[in-house]
Amino acid sequence: MIDLLWLIPVLPLLGFAVNGLIGARLPRSVVSAVACGSVALAFALSVACFLDLAALPEHHRVHAITVAEWIGPMNLGWSFLLDPLSSVMILIVTGVGLLIHIYSIGYMWDDDGYWRYFAYLNLFMAMMLTLVLGASLPLLFVGWEGVGLCSYLLIGYWYTKIDCADAGRKAFIVNRIGDASFILGMLLAWTTFGGTFDIAEILARAPERAAASPGTMTAIALLLFGGACGKSAQIPLFIWLPDAMAGPTPVSALIHAATMVTAGVYMVCRMAPLYVLAPGALEVVGVIGATTALAAAAIAMAQDDIKKVLAYSTISQLGYMFMAAGAGAFGAAIFHLTTHAFFKALLFLGSGAVIHALGGEQDMRAMGGLKARLPRTFWFFAAGWVAIAGVPLTSGFFSKDEILHRAWLQNPGLWLAGIVGALMTATYMTRLMGLTFWGRSRVPADKAHHIHEAPTSMAVALGVLAVLSLAGGFMGLPASWLGHPGLFEHWLAPVFEGPELVMTTGRVGPEGILMILSSLAAIGGIFLGLHLWVRRPDLPGRIAARMATLYRFVKGKLFVDELYELIALRPFYAACRAFARFDERAVDGTVNAVGMGMETSGHVLKLFHSGFVRSYALFYLVGAAAVVWYLVG
Amino acid sequence: MMTGTLQIPPIDWALLGPFIQLTAGAIVVTLMAVGPKAWRRYTGYVALLALVPPAVATLGLWGGASGAASTLGGMIVMDRFTLCFHLIFLATAALTVLISMPALEEMHLEYPEYYGLVLFAATGMMLMSASSNMLILFLGLEILSLPLYVLVGFARRQDRALESSMKYFLLGAFSTGFTIYGMALMYGATGTLEMTRMAAGSGEGAGSWRFTMLMLGFGLAMAGFLFKIAAFPFHYWLPDVYQGAPTPVTAFMIAGTKAAAFSAILRIVTAPLFWDGPFTADWVRLLSVLSALTMTAGNVVALVQHSLKRMLAYSSIAHAGYLLIAVVSRSEEGLAGVVFYLTAYLLMNLGAFAVVLAMDRARGGEGEGDDIAAYAGMGRRHPALAAAMSIFMLSLTGVPLTGGFVGKFYIFRAAVDSGMYGLAAVGLLNSVVAAAYYLNVILTMYMKEPVSQPPRVVTPVALGLGIAVSAAGVLYLGLFPARILELARGLLL
Repeated sequence: MIDLLWLIPVLPLLGFAVNGLIGARLPRSVVSAVACGSVALAFALSVACFLDLAALPEHHRVHAITVAEWIGPMNLGWSFLLDPLSSVMILIVTGVGLLIHIYSIGYMWDDDGYWRYFAYLNLFMAMMLTLVLGASLPLLFVGWEGVGLCSYLLIGYWYTKIDCADAGRKAFIVNRIGDASFILGMLLAWTTFGGTFDIAEILARAPERAAASPGTMTAIALLLFGGACGKSAQIPLFIWLPDAMAGPTPVSALIHAATMVTAGVYMVCRMAPLYVLAPGALEVVGVIGATTALAAAAIAMAQDDIKKVLAYSTISQLGYMFMAAGAGAFGAAIFHLTTHAFFKALLFLGSGAVIHALGGEQDMRAMGGLKARLPRTFWFFAAGWVAIAGVPLTSGFFSKDEILHRAWLQNPGLWLAGIVGALMTATYMTRLMGLTFWGRSRVPADKAHHIHEAPTSMAVALGVLAVLSLAGGFMGLPASWLGHPGLFEHWLAPVFEGPELVMTTGRVGPEGILMILSSLAAIGGIFLGLHLWVRRPDLPGRIAARMATLYRFVKGKLFVDELYELIALRPFYAACRAFARFDERAVDGTVNAVGMGMETSGHVLKLFHSGFVRSYALFYLVGAAAVVWYLVG
Repeated sequence: MMTGTLQIPPIDWALLGPFIQLTAGAIVVTLMAVGPKAWRRYTGYVALLALVPPAVATLGLWGGASGAASTLGGMIVMDRFTLCFHLIFLATAALTVLISMPALEEMHLEYPEYYGLVLFAATGMMLMSASSNMLILFLGLEILSLPLYVLVGFARRQDRALESSMKYFLLGAFSTGFTIYGMALMYGATGTLEMTRMAAGSGEGAGSWRFTMLMLGFGLAMAGFLFKIAAFPFHYWLPDVYQGAPTPVTAFMIAGTKAAAFSAILRIVTAPLFWDGPFTADWVRLLSVLSALTMTAGNVVALVQHSLKRMLAYSSIAHAGYLLIAVVSRSEEGLAGVVFYLTAYLLMNLGAFAVVLAMDRARGGEGEGDDIAAYAGMGRRHPALAAAMSIFMLSLTGVPLTGGFVGKFYIFRAAVDSGMYGLAAVGLLNSVVAAAYYLNVILTMYMKEPVSQPPRVVTPVALGLGIAVSAAGVLYLGLFPARILELARGLLL
C-alpha cells in the first residue's frame, strides 16, 4: 500500500475535479458522497500507509517515491516522502478533514453553492496533503500556495458580501508577504546547498555548510520562518486570521485552526536539523512564538464575536507551537499541533453548531443560557473547553505540559510566558463558555423560538472530536510517568532525535512541580473566568473602566491593523496615486501627443496620394534622381 | 567576343522542370476558356492541380541541390535559395487560387484566363528568384508584370478596376524603363550580365567613369525593384492599385510580387561585387534611409485609413520597410529573417484578405467587407472568422506566438547584431504605431456595437479552407519556428 502514497493527495483532487466540473448538475447527495468519499478513501489509505510504515524497522521508516518528472533541469520530480512526521500529518489532515467534511454536509445543506463549497474543500485537502508529503521545497511550496488559494476562495466563499471578499483578499495579500520571504529562503537554500531542492539532501548537507557559513544558515532559517509567520499567523503577520473568520465555520475549523495554519509549524519542524544549526534563528522563532501566544491571548479576552475569540485563541496556540520549536522541542510542537487539531476543530464546529442554531448570530452578547436549549452541543463544547484550558488528563494538558517542561529546560523566560499564557487561555475560554452557555439568555425573542440542535451529521463529527480532545493525550504520556518515552514521542523519535539532541542542555527540570504549576494555572484560570463572567458579571465592566486605556488597546486588537495602515498602506496608496497621476499625465500625455502627431502627419502625407498618375510618376522620377545622386554624387 | 557562331550551352532539363511544368499548366488552364462553359467551374481546381507538379519537382530538387546547380550556361541557378522562394510563390499561388474561386463566382468573373494569368505570373516570380543573369531577371520581371496588369483590371466593367490597371501599367512601364536602362549601364560598366561575375569586370577603382556608370546602373535598376516592393518614394501607386484590383489579386500581389522583388534584390546585392565591394557602404546607407522612410510613410498613412484593403495596402509598404532592414543588416541571420518573414507574411496577408472576401459575401457584394467600421460586432456574429482575423492582425502587429513576431524578431535582431541600432529602434517604434491600426480591427470586431445587423452568411468551403490553412500556418510559425528557420539559414551565403 505504501507505494500508493501518491494517491493520497490525488483522491481528493479527483473529488475536486468531479464536483468542480459537473457538481452544479449533481444532486446534493452525490456531491457529498463524492467529496466525503474521496477524503474517506484518502484517510483509509493514510492509515494503511501508516501501518506499513510502522511495520518497518524503527530507523528505516522513510519511504520516498517519485511519481513523475517535474522540472528536469533542476532534477525536480513529483516526489512524496513518508516518514513518521508526514505520516502523523496525513492522519490529522485526512482524519480531521473527513470529520469536517461530514459536518459540512449538515452545515452547508441549505447553501446555493453546495457543490462549489465541497469542490474547494476537496482541493484544499489535495493541496494540504501535497504540502505535508512533498519531498522537496518547491513541491511543498506548491501545496503551500495551493492551500493559500483555497483559503482565499473559502474565506471569500460568500463573495457577494463585501466583508467576506475583503477578508479573502487580506488573507491572500498578507500571506504573499510571507511567501515572498519563503521563496527567497528557498532560493538561498538552492544556491547554498549546491543546487538541490530536495529536503532530505538539504538537511544532510546542512551541518557541513553550517560550519562554513553559519550566517547563511541563519538567513535561510529566518527567511523560511518569514513564510511560516504568514501562513501560521504569527507576529507581525497575524492580522489576516481573525478576518478569515468571515468564511463558513467548518472552513475556519479545518483550514484556519486544524490544518493549514499549522503548516508553518510543520515546515519549521520538517527543517528542524537546519534550524538547530542556526541557534539565533531558533531563538527568534521561540520569542516570536511566545510573544504571539501572550498578545493573542490578551486580545481574545476582549472579543465579543465567538469566532474571533477562537481565532485569537488559535493564533495564541500556534504561538505555543512555535515556542516549543524555538525551545528545540519539535516533537512537543507536533504533539500540541495534533491535540490542538482535535480540540480547536471541536470548538469551531461547536461554535458552528451554536451559530447554526441561532441563525447566523456570532455575537456572544446576544447569546447566554444556551446550555438548556442546546445540551448536546454544550457537552461537546465543554470537552473542547477543558482540553484547551489544560485541565489535567485532557489532551491539551499533556501537550501543553510537555511544551512548558521543555521550555523551562531551555529558557525559563519562555516557560514564564507559557504559563501566563496558559492561565489566560483558561480564563478567556471560560469567559466564552460563560457568555455563551451560562447566565441568563440575551438571545433576541425573534431568534429564541427556533433554536434547534444540530443535525446528526454535525453531531457525529462533534462526538468523535470530543472523545479525541479528552482522551487524545494518552498518545503522549510524559516519559516521567511511563519510565520510557510516550507513544507519540517514540514514533517521531527517528525524525527529531538528532535535532533535539543538539538542543539538549543537560539540565533536569523539576518536572513534577512544573506539572502541578501548569495544572494550577489551568484550574486557576477557569476559576478566575467563572468568578468574573459567571458569578460576578458586573466585575469585568468595572475593571475595564478602571483600566480604560489598556482595555481599549486590547479591545482594539493592539491596533496592529491601524499600525499597518499608517506605516505601510497609506504611503503605499500615496505612491500608487502619484504613479497613477504620472501615468495619466506624463505617460499617457506623451503617448497621446505622439499619436496625435502621427495622425496629423498621416493626414498631411495622404495629400500626396492624389490619385493622378502624372504626379506619381513625378515622385518616382524625383526619387530615382535622388537615389542616383546619392550613389554617384 | 562575337565570332558569328552562337554557342548553345548544354541544357539540364530537369532543373528547368518547375518552369516548364508550370507554364504548361498555365497554358492548359487558359485553353480551358475555349472549351464548353461548364468547364469554367472547374478551372480553379485544375489550376490547383497544375501547381502540384512544380511543387513536387521543386521538393525533388531540394534533395539534390546541396550546392548551386545551374543550367543554361549559369543563367539559371537552382540553389536552395531559389527552391525556397519557389515554394513561397507556389504556396501564394495556391492560396490565391483557393480564395479566388468563390470570389470570382461572386463577381461573375469565372473566366479561365484568370487562373492562367495567375500561374503565368507565378512562373515569372520563379524565374526572378532563379536568375543569376540580368536578362533572365528582367525576363522574369516582365513575365510577372504583364499578367498582373491584366489581373488588376480583371473586373473590366468596373471603372475603378480599369483605373487601377491603367495606373499600374503606366507606372510599371515607366519603372521598367529605369530598370532596363540601369541593367544596360551595369553591363556597360562591367561587360557582363552575370551578376556573380561582375566583380571581375568592374576594373578600376572609385572615381573612374566605369565605376560611376556601375553605380548609376545599380541605382536605376534598384529603383525598378524598389517600385515593385513599393518602397518610399516609389510607393504611391500601391494603394490605388491594391484597392481597385479584385481582392484575391491584391492578396496575390501583396505576398507574391513583394517576395519576387525581394528575391531579385537579394540576388543582386549578394553578388560579390555589391555584397562586399567598393561601394557596399553606399548602398547600405541608402537602403537604410529608404527603409526607415518606407516604414514610417507606410505606417503613418495606414493609421488614418478607414478602408481595410487600403489599410492593409499601406501597411504592406511598412512591411517592405521592415524587410529592407534585414537586407541592409547583410548577415546570414538577416537573410534567413527575410525568407521567414516573407513566408509568415504570405500566410497572414492571404488569410486577412480571405476574411475580407468572406465579409464581402456576408454583406452582399464586393467592397462591402472593406469598411473597417463594418466589422463591428463581428466577434459575436462570426466568431470563427473574427478569431482568424484576430490571429492575422496579431501576427501583422508582431505579437508573440505568431509567425509575424518571430520574423520581426529575427529581422530586428539581425539589425542589432550588425550594429544598426538606430534602424532597429525606428523599426520597433513603427511596430508600435502599426499596433494602433491593426489592433483597432480587433477592437472593432469585439468591442464595438454593430450599426446594422446583416444576415449571417455561410463561408464557402474553399474560402474557409484558405483561412484555416493560413491561420494554422501563422500559429505554426509562431509556435515552432525552429524548423523553418533552420531551412532558411545559409541559403545564399
